[in-house]
Amino acid sequence: MSTDTHAAGAHDHHHGDGHAHGTFSSYMLGFVLSVVLTAIPFWLVMSGTLPSKQVTALVIMAFAIVQIVVHMIYFLHMNTTSENGWSMMALIFTIVMVVIALSGSLWVMSHLNSNMMPVHQMTGMK
Amino acid sequence: MSPELLKLIFGRLGFESLPLHEPIVVGTFVVVALGGAALLGGLTYFRLWGYLWREWFTTVDHKRIGIMYMILGIVMLLRGFADALMMRGQQMLAFGGSEGYLNAHHYDQVFTAHGVIMIFFVAMPLVTGLMNYVVPLQIGARDVSFPFLNNFSFWMTVGGAVLVMASLFIGEFARTGWLAYPPLSNIGYSPDVGVDYYIWALQVAGVGTTLSGINLICTIVKLRCPGMTMMKMPVFTWTSLCTNVLIVASFPVLTVVLALLSLDRYVGTNFFTNDFGGSPMMYVNLIWIWGHPEVYILVLPAFGIFSEVTSTFSGKRLFGYTSMVYATVVITILSYLVWLHHFFTMGSGASVNSFFGITTMIISIPTGAKMFNWLFTMYRGRIRYELPMMWTIAFMLTFVIGGMTGVLLAVPPADFVLHNSLFLIAHFHNVIIGGVVFGAFAGINYWFPKAFGFKLDPFWGKMSFWFWVTGFYLAFMPLYVLGLMGVTRRLRVFDDPSLQIWFVIAAIGAVFVFIGILSMLMQFAVSLLKREQLKDVTGDPWDARTLEWATSSPPPDYNFAFTPVVHDNDAWWDMKKRGYQRPLTGFKPIHMPSSTGTGVILAGLATAMGFGLIWYIWWLAAVSFIAMLAVGIGHTFNYHRDFDIPAEDVIRTEDARTKLLAGAK
Repeated sequence: MSTDTHAAGAHDHHHGDGHAHGTFSSYMLGFVLSVVLTAIPFWLVMSGTLPSKQVTALVIMAFAIVQIVVHMIYFLHMNTTSENGWSMMALIFTIVMVVIALSGSLWVMSHLNSNMMPVHQMTGMK
Repeated sequence: MSPELLKLIFGRLGFESLPLHEPIVVGTFVVVALGGAALLGGLTYFRLWGYLWREWFTTVDHKRIGIMYMILGIVMLLRGFADALMMRGQQMLAFGGSEGYLNAHHYDQVFTAHGVIMIFFVAMPLVTGLMNYVVPLQIGARDVSFPFLNNFSFWMTVGGAVLVMASLFIGEFARTGWLAYPPLSNIGYSPDVGVDYYIWALQVAGVGTTLSGINLICTIVKLRCPGMTMMKMPVFTWTSLCTNVLIVASFPVLTVVLALLSLDRYVGTNFFTNDFGGSPMMYVNLIWIWGHPEVYILVLPAFGIFSEVTSTFSGKRLFGYTSMVYATVVITILSYLVWLHHFFTMGSGASVNSFFGITTMIISIPTGAKMFNWLFTMYRGRIRYELPMMWTIAFMLTFVIGGMTGVLLAVPPADFVLHNSLFLIAHFHNVIIGGVVFGAFAGINYWFPKAFGFKLDPFWGKMSFWFWVTGFYLAFMPLYVLGLMGVTRRLRVFDDPSLQIWFVIAAIGAVFVFIGILSMLMQFAVSLLKREQLKDVTGDPWDARTLEWATSSPPPDYNFAFTPVVHDNDAWWDMKKRGYQRPLTGFKPIHMPSSTGTGVILAGLATAMGFGLIWYIWWLAAVSFIAMLAVGIGHTFNYHRDFDIPAEDVIRTEDARTKLLAGAK
């Protein structure tokens, strides 16, 4: 009884197991969406349409996030099945890590800023 | 020559940069230079350079790269441990008005170098080396996914080590502690080259670590042999996967933090300065987002080693495989949620401190689960107390103590008392030596016969074991006491004479550990001399359970003549039980990657660039950077990337093994 396969190659060659390749139209669609998603924030800043700077900043952030998603779908060919789901898994892991690092740092630094930075008292003392 | 021209050519480097005023350093340099000259002379005399270059330096074989990582780790251990002995000596002597024998300038470099070297250039190479060697064999692969990248990663790690070593004789090393906190590490307070050595050594080595992490993740995900589903992977492979995920997720943070610090130092930005909107606290926050996962990067593979060793030497399947895997994954995630416990005292409020205190305590739960799994694996097992198992038992005892003091430190109010004290020093040496170092030694003793074809000598192994273990307890238990009495870390002189006895005991412990290290070197030498008696012809000297033991010791270049097919967690145990017969015919040519010198050249250039940046030798930095790009692009035109081992060679190798096996029976 042999438990070996007679695979001679250095590695198993599984070409095309879930590798997504884009078409011309999907690349074009991605490109146009990216341009539009870049142009709108640009216009918002230049024209100052929105009442406050804070709102403008938030809206730009939202567009940036949409832009990231567009890039991932149309240029990086992310979907739930590519590479047997490993791509999606890696993406979710990355998002979790980034959210932890960013939100944690903001939380920690805002605490440190209000508790430890001597600016407020210093200006009062002078 | 005019000073301007000299400055253009040599940057800040001059004769005054050489530490000729430090007799200890000069003495070290003389010894190192003589030893190095003897080594180089010997290599030339025995005409080994060609052999080393062709068979080792340029190799893309994961096994040889793994072995080179181990050698790097052990060589750097000697350097890092020399620093430890110097600190123990200094602290033992500097009482009652004595200044000891190290001045402040030198002592501060010693404790910084000790930490940096032990973490980045001892623990990391040992762990990476074991993963490199074992993982492809355990999953039945011929090599890692990107063999050239693997060679390049190794040489980048060496490049970082070379920069740290160079700082001993050319200029100085950082005097900031191993994480180089600003504002001390900023240009205003550390204008010398020390911190620049620190930055560029870690940046160069960090590239290697990150790339090796990507490589091993890809290897584990893509190159498992048929039948090996995720939940049939050996536990060491699982912990390696999680470790490399941690590396890829956390090392970029270190890279960015150090890049921002170098911007502060080189071009005058204000990320981490005290004024102009900078915040040194942000540096502390960011570096621990890398730093805490780093300790799990080190200890997870050690957990994997202990799992393999415990089940092999208990003759039983690992208890609770699934819970072991989930515990590892949970630790992977949780390790990102605890970083603030390194700076409870920096001034976060009660809510932040209690959140991170609680997450820290939670992480001890999966770790505890692992401990019980090992205990239950041993329960009613037929335990063989060979060296790997002895290190495992020592780990279980030691690590539990370190874990308990860790949970104690996780309580924020307790941490306010113990922060930066020797209690903390004792705690993390307790878990890093008890966990990572003992794990590496268990792994070395366990896999050595696989790598070299003969076992390690048990007598000197036991000498090393007992001296290390007793030495560890003698060296660090006094530090717990001192820490509780309020002694802080990194002190050079002491006033209170009643403390001295504890430092004397700790120094004696360090000497014990030193004897342990020497015994280990002796163990290697004696085993080499007695290799015929200690020979392993079966390829499976421990009656082990995983796939790496299915091939010969040492494995042929191609690892497995035929890719194995796996039906069980303990694949090799399952094959043995079902009366597996080695295939004797039908061999085919095997497709393999070719050696290349590009990795050595690129890493050499990166090191030269680092040196140029450290000393402000801008032309050197620019030239080596451009050369790196040129060599990198040039390498893409190298089409001699692979070759086939002819079927005759495979047949010859396999027939030789058949004869050996027949002789053994």
